[in-house]
Amino acid sequence: MSNVFTIPVVLGIIYSGLRLATPYLYAAIGEAFAQNSGVYNLGVDGIMLMGAFSGFYVGMKTGNLWWGLLAAMGVGLLMGLLMAVVSVTLKAEQGISGIGLYMFGLGLSSLLFKKTMSGVESISGFQPVRIPLLGNIPYLGDVLFNHNLLVYGAFLLVPLASFILYKTPFGLMIRAVGQNPQAADTLGINVDRIRYITVSLGGMLAGIAGASLSISLINLFQENMTSGMGFIAIALVYFGSWRPLGILGGALLFSFVNALQLWLQVLGVNFPYDFAVMLPYAMTILALAISVRRAAMPDALGKPFERGEF
Amino acid sequence: MPQRSEIKRMLNQVFEAILPILAVPVALIIGALILLLLRANPGVAFTALVQGAVGSTFSVTQTLVKATPLLLVGLGITIAFRGGVINIGGEGQIIVGALSATALALSFSQWPGAILLPLCLLVGTLSGALWGAVPGVLKARLGVNEILSTIMMNAIALQLSNYLLRGPMIDPAEIEAGTRIAQSALLPRQAWLPRLVPQTLLHAGSILALVMAVLVYIFLWRTTIGYRIRAVGLNAQAARYAGIPVPVYQALAITLGGAFAGLAGAVEVMGVQRRMLEGLSGGYGFSGIVAALFGNLHPLGTIPASVLFGGLLVGADKMQRAVQVPSAFVDTLMGLIVLFVVSSRIWAVRRARRRETYE
Repeated sequence: MSNVFTIPVVLGIIYSGLRLATPYLYAAIGEAFAQNSGVYNLGVDGIMLMGAFSGFYVGMKTGNLWWGLLAAMGVGLLMGLLMAVVSVTLKAEQGISGIGLYMFGLGLSSLLFKKTMSGVESISGFQPVRIPLLGNIPYLGDVLFNHNLLVYGAFLLVPLASFILYKTPFGLMIRAVGQNPQAADTLGINVDRIRYITVSLGGMLAGIAGASLSISLINLFQENMTSGMGFIAIALVYFGSWRPLGILGGALLFSFVNALQLWLQVLGVNFPYDFAVMLPYAMTILALAISVRRAAMPDALGKPFERGEF
Repeated sequence: MPQRSEIKRMLNQVFEAILPILAVPVALIIGALILLLLRANPGVAFTALVQGAVGSTFSVTQTLVKATPLLLVGLGITIAFRGGVINIGGEGQIIVGALSATALALSFSQWPGAILLPLCLLVGTLSGALWGAVPGVLKARLGVNEILSTIMMNAIALQLSNYLLRGPMIDPAEIEAGTRIAQSALLPRQAWLPRLVPQTLLHAGSILALVMAVLVYIFLWRTTIGYRIRAVGLNAQAARYAGIPVPVYQALAITLGGAFAGLAGAVEVMGVQRRMLEGLSGGYGFSGIVAALFGNLHPLGTIPASVLFGGLLVGADKMQRAVQVPSAFVDTLMGLIVLFVVSSRIWAVRRARRRETYE
C-alpha cells in the first residue's frame, strides 16, 4: 500500500481538498455570522440548493457566469431575509423553522429544475486563474495557485470574516447581540436589525456556496445535489467554536479526508463505496462529540429577543 | 369562579388548535402564485389535487395508506418535540426499521406468522429506537446538537441501506435475471400485514397506527414518565429544580421518537411493499414533522393532520399528470406550511402573555 501515496497523488489530494472546502467555507462562515448574533439558521442546505439552481440556470441562460453568481447571491439573500422575518420578527422556534426553510428550498429547487430543464445538463464553469509568480512555483503553484475565483474567494473570506467579527465595531455589535441581547439593547444597539443583517448575509453566502457547486466545481445541477452539505457546514461552525479560523481548520480537515476517500476510489483501493460515502457524515457526528465547547457558544443562540424580558 | 376559567381555558385550547389551520390558506395562496409563475392554472391544479386525493374509493384508500407512516412518524415527532428535542432523524429511523424487519422476516421465513409478524414489528421498532438513542445519548452525555446528529444518522442509514440492498440483501432473483434492481426478496407471506379492502393497498397497519395514537396520548398525559417528558420540554430549568434528570428524559424522548419511526418503516415494508427497496422512506421523516406540527404536537390532532397530508401526497401525483407540475410542488408547500405554523405561534404566545397581565 505504501506506493499509493506518490507525489502526484498527494498533490492531487491537496488540490481536490481545497476545491471541496470551498462550499463548506462560504456556507459555514455565513452561518457563523448568523450564529454569533444569536440566530441559528438550519435552512442553509435549502438555500444552497436554490443558490446552486439559480446560479446554474441564470448562468446558462445568459451565458454569463457572473449573472449566475449574482442571481445565486440574490436568491440566497432573499431566503436569508425570509428566515430573519420568521425567526427574528415572528420569534419562531429556530430549529423547526430552519427545517421548514430547508424543505422549501429542496422542494422549490427540484420543482424549478424539473419544470425548466429536460435533464441534467452541464455547463462550462469558472475557469482556473493562475496567480502570477506564485503560480509558477514547482508543484505547489499548480496545487495552490491555479484555482477558479470562487475558490480563492472562499479562502479570502476567512481573514475577512475574522477581521469583521473581531476588529470592527460592527463585529463587536454582532457578538454583543449574540452574547447578551438585553445588555446590547440598553446600550442602544438595535438587536433585531443586527440579526436581520447577519441572517441575510448568511443566506447570501449560502447562495454563493450553492453556486460554487453548480458553476465552479461540479458544473451541473441535479436534484438535492448538496446531499446535506449545508448541515455539515453548520456542524463545522460548532466544530470551529464559532470562529472563522476554527471553521477553516474544520473545513480543511473535512475536505482532505473526503478528497483522500475519492482518490482511494480512483486508485481502486478496495473499500466499499457506500461506506466511503458514509465517512463524512460519521466524521461529523464524531467531530461534534469531541469538540463541543459550550463556553464558546453564543449565550443567546437560538433564543428570540424580547424587550424587557430578563 | 372555576367554571368561567374552565371555559376560558377551553377557548384558548380551541384557539391554539385552529391556529395551524389558518396557515393553510396562506400557504395555498403562495402555492397558487408559484403555480401561476409556472404557467399552470391554480384552479385546475388544486382541483386535480383534491380529486387525486379523495376522488374515488381507491384514492381514498391510497390517502389512508400514505397517512399511516405519516401518523406513526408524527407520533414519534410529537413525543420528541414535547420533550424539547428536535428529531429530524425520521428518515434514517424508518430505513433501519424497514431493513431489520425485512432481514428478520427473510432469515426466519419458516416461522409461523403468529410469531414472525409481531416479532418483525418489534424488531423494526427497536432498531428505530436504537437509531434514535445514539443522538439521544450523545446529546445527554456530550451536549451534541441533536438536529445535526439526527441528520447525519439519516445519511448513514441511507448508505447502509444502499450497501445492503445492492449487496448482501439483494433479491437473488435480481442477480439471476441480471437486472440488479436494488431491492430485497419478497417477504414470506405470513409476515405480510393483512389488507383491509380487497383490490387496494389499505392494510392493518393503519389500525395499528390509530391505536398507537391513543396509546401515545395516554402515555403523554396520563403517566408519570409522559408527564416528566412534557415538563422537560416545557421548561427544562424548572424540571431540573423539580428533581427530574433532564438529559435522561431528553434521551428517552428521542429514543421513543425513533421507535415510532422504526415501526413506520416495518409497517411500510410489511403492509405496502412487502419487500425492502430503495426510497422506501419516501420523505415521511420530514412530512411526518409537518403532520405533527399541524396536529399541534398532540397525538390525536396528528390523526387528521396525517390524513390531510397523506391526501396531499397522493393528490400531487394526479396534479402532476393534469397540469404538468412536478410533485415537488407539494414538498415546497409543506416547507412553507412548517414556516407558517411555527411563525403563527407568536400570536398564541402573545395571547397567553396578555392573559397573564390582565388576570
